[in-house]
Amino acid sequence: MTEPEVIVIGSGPAGLGAATALAQAGRRVLVLERETQAGGIPRHCGHYPFGMREFQRLLRGPDYAARLTDAARAAGVTIRTRTTVTSLQPGGVVEITDDAGPSALTAKVVLMATGVRETSRAARLIGGEKPGGVLSTGALQGMVYLNRQRPFRQPVILGSELVAFSALLTCRHAGIRPLAMIEPASRITTRTSARWLAAAMRVPILLHSDIAAIHGRTRVDGVTLATPAGQRDLPADGVIVSGGFRPDAALLVGSHLQIDAASGGPVIDRWGRLSDPAYFACGNLLRGVETAGWCWSEGRRVAQAILAALQDHLPEPGGVRLSLAHPALRLAVPQVVGAGASGSPYDRLQVRLSRPAKGQLRLMQDGRILAATRIDSRPERRLSLLLPHKLGHGPLTLTIDEKT
Amino acid sequence: MNLADHPDKGTSFDVAVIGAGVVGAALARAFTLAGARVVVLEKAVDVLDGASKGNSAILHTGFDAPEASVELACIREGYALYHDIRDRLGLPLVRAGAMVLAWTEEEEAGLPALIAQATANGVLDVQPLTGPEAQTLEPALSRAVRAGFQVPGEHLIDPWSAAHGYLLQALANGAVLKRQTEVLAGRRSGDRWHLATTTGDVSANLVINAAGLWGDEVDRRVTGESWFTIRPRKGQFVVYDKTAAALAGHILLPVPTKITKGIVVCRTAFGNLLVGPTAEEQDDREHAPVERPTLQALMRRGEEILPALAGHEVTAVYAGLRPATEEKEYRIRTDLAPGYICVGGIRSTGLSAALGIAEHVVRLAERSHTPIADPVWPRMTNISVDGARDWQCPGHGGIVCHCELVTRREIEAALTGPLATGSLAGLKRRTRVTMGRCQGFYCTAELARMTEGRLAQPMAEPPHD
Ligand SMILES: Cc1cc2nc3c(=O)[nH]c(=O)nc-3n(C[C@H](O)[C@H](O)[C@H](O)COP(=O)(O)OP(=O)(O)OC[C@H]3O[C@@H](n4cnc5c(N)ncnc54)[C@H](O)[C@@H]3O)c2cc1C
Ligand SMILES: Cc1cc2nc3c(=O)[nH]c(=O)nc-3n(C[C@H](O)[C@H](O)[C@H](O)COP(=O)(O)OP(=O)(O)OC[C@H]3O[C@@H](n4cnc5c(N)ncnc54)[C@H](O)[C@@H]3O)c2cc1C
Repeated sequence: MTEPEVIVIGSGPAGLGAATALAQAGRRVLVLERETQAGGIPRHCGHYPFGMREFQRLLRGPDYAARLTDAARAAGVTIRTRTTVTSLQPGGVVEITDDAGPSALTAKVVLMATGVRETSRAARLIGGEKPGGVLSTGALQGMVYLNRQRPFRQPVILGSELVAFSALLTCRHAGIRPLAMIEPASRITTRTSARWLAAAMRVPILLHSDIAAIHGRTRVDGVTLATPAGQRDLPADGVIVSGGFRPDAALLVGSHLQIDAASGGPVIDRWGRLSDPAYFACGNLLRGVETAGWCWSEGRRVAQAILAALQDHLPEPGGVRLSLAHPALRLAVPQVVGAGASGSPYDRLQVRLSRPAKGQLRLMQDGRILAATRIDSRPERRLSLLLPHKLGHGPLTLTIDEKT
Repeated sequence: MNLADHPDKGTSFDVAVIGAGVVGAALARAFTLAGARVVVLEKAVDVLDGASKGNSAILHTGFDAPEASVELACIREGYALYHDIRDRLGLPLVRAGAMVLAWTEEEEAGLPALIAQATANGVLDVQPLTGPEAQTLEPALSRAVRAGFQVPGEHLIDPWSAAHGYLLQALANGAVLKRQTEVLAGRRSGDRWHLATTTGDVSANLVINAAGLWGDEVDRRVTGESWFTIRPRKGQFVVYDKTAAALAGHILLPVPTKITKGIVVCRTAFGNLLVGPTAEEQDDREHAPVERPTLQALMRRGEEILPALAGHEVTAVYAGLRPATEEKEYRIRTDLAPGYICVGGIRSTGLSAALGIAEHVVRLAERSHTPIADPVWPRMTNISVDGARDWQCPGHGGIVCHCELVTRREIEAALTGPLATGSLAGLKRRTRVTMGRCQGFYCTAELARMTEGRLAQPMAEPPHD
């Protein structure tokens, strides 16, 4: 391939969605993927439902990932797997390593689409020993669906986000019988409709509970739970530590690009541009978790902004940095808001809460409400607010007028 | 399941070292290079499974070691030897330098005595610091710091590659390693010991007890009695993300107390930032659980020292057990039984002192072998921040662990060769696989595939349908 115009880092739904759209518009696109297979997280989500938005069909994750990959290749995208991006340099210079050793690639635009991962056991400071068999959902899925292995037979599952129910499905597929789902909060995080699955699998959901200690020297041979009724031991042989999504922003760390402390992802403007306008970003890297379909269409929209950038049709970078002015607000994307034009991919603020809140979500500038919407929501739920086209120059804040 | 440790490597040796911790590894190297035929007997699936599994990885100068002690002499000699041999073995050294910091009036009052002790211990380059001077050197340091002094010679090393390197050199020059081989009993007949082990009998003229946390127990098993009691002392640690490493160039030490060196804040040889250890007495020699309240307290202490640490992500937490005894001094003795040396109670400085302890014990043993004239020097692959990494060289086969940039070639190498590991923990210690930010989210499945059928305790049951 002659020098690419666009380099996409990551071949998940977001990266492939964008790459395909760019290639379809006649651009030379190179996708860099560090895994041996393209497709991102869906590669190891062996369950439904994927693909409705993209292919108007109900697919399992691996089939969906294969279809996305085929579509990208058919559009003319070059995908290089087993190629790890190791650092980002100003102006679209990307350092990589693969079996041939380190080298550098350059493109007019680099799109980051490196996705999210779950929070580790260590980062949650879970007590006890450190035996094998303590896994994230992602690791479990990889073992079960990619390797057809069974890491344990009767684990406990920590967390009750949607992905915890994916963990249940994964267990069911492999003949693993979880002893319990454990949730520190007073109710399950995901929409309660997922509860039927736990009920159907006869897995009790223990609320207000936590894992006090994991036991075992090489393999898990039990866990101690802290429950409202006191400590309790379960004979678990594994632990699934699920959820707590966080952007895989390793490449941003130590780079010249700005990171948003609230989201853990890059600071972007409404075009998806980073602090160095040679870089763009899309997908779950931005905010933690959305569905594959969402990420794919976000990729397609960012592709339009990149096409405009390649033709020098984007407005100059600039705008006001948004600040979060309410304790229940966890993150908001984009973080830099300039005057708008139609067709910007991030024309809506995507917002997440850190605790349940009810009231009016407000975007404020110079004492005026620029945009507002009623909310009655909880952490991990999707929230959004349409951004106005006209903006002043004063500080921009997002707040909640809370009804208690 | 350590196929590397072939059974037909003989049962009769000059020297049997019991225990493959860092001390046993250094002993095996020293006696092998001195010309003895050495066997190392280790009960665990892999080496470094005891006290040497988790420590702060500081290469100490001995500035605060008890004056005129064997410990001090061994640290001084070990420190010098590490510098001598590290290039040839490919062992890292991160020249951090330490600052001992006083946070209270009482601690400040203790500084002159500590400086005097350092000088008496032969560490002559310590430099007193005022609070503002300390802050100039370490801008992220809390303003609460009152005074301190610099110890430029305290450095950071890789806690495991040193011991692996010593053992590898011993093996390359003829020593034999037997893992999953627990010494059960000993009997002396004539001028030889006969050790009963879980994999058969082994005989040797000289037996060295380097059993760390089980030192007293091995004394009893071999000689019938022990002259000390191990009192395990747990140390818990919090390891922060690599973003935090920029907050402290020096090793930040507190003013030590009689019992402990106290809570340290320092970088690691892998580019993270570490806070710990605690010092908690316990009876259990095998289990070293971490506890959330203690980890949180460590984090608070870390943030008191470096306020900007708040908000940095935690990458890992762990705990180690020190083989402490009733006394501070090392428990090294040659007169418990003929042809038997106990190297016990190597409490909290064994990583630094190991090479020195080994030379000391070779001298004590007074044996007349002919040293190997031209020994082999195997080289370790560098996995620290001190030097190029495998991913920077062609032919690495691609990255498996994305956070720590561990290559397929590195993992294959750790699973093969004379020191091939048969445990996941051993694989982590040799390569750092799964030890980074994501703690195995991305690479566990790939690793489970690569290690299938190659670990004593597999990561998963074989394929299902
Ligand atoms: C365990 C888990 C289960 C999930 N289950 C579902 C589900 O059932 N349904 C659903 O809709 N969503 C699910 N999700 C959400 C998931 O994040 C999205 O479906 C979607 O995969 C996000 O797409 P993306 O393109 O942003 O990132 P990803 O799909 O995560 O793709 C990112 C890609 O970037 C690559 N990459 C990262 N860094 C580099 C680098 N330095 N060099 C080269 N390549 C790099 C990665 O290897 C990866 O392939 C799940 C997420 C997780 C973590
Ligand atoms: C929290 C903490 C922090 C520390 N920080 C530092 C530091 O910064 N710098 C420093 O220099 N030192 C430090 N140390 C000290 C250092 O780690 C120890 O001194 C050292 O690891 C002791 O090693 P060892 O070989 O004596 O014992 P071990 O590592 O315990 O080795 C003994 C081996 O003997 C084996 N064994 C036991 N019984 C038998 C048997 N019957 N048959 C066969 N094998 C047997 C065990 O399985 C084990 O592998 C620290 C220690 C801790 C715990």
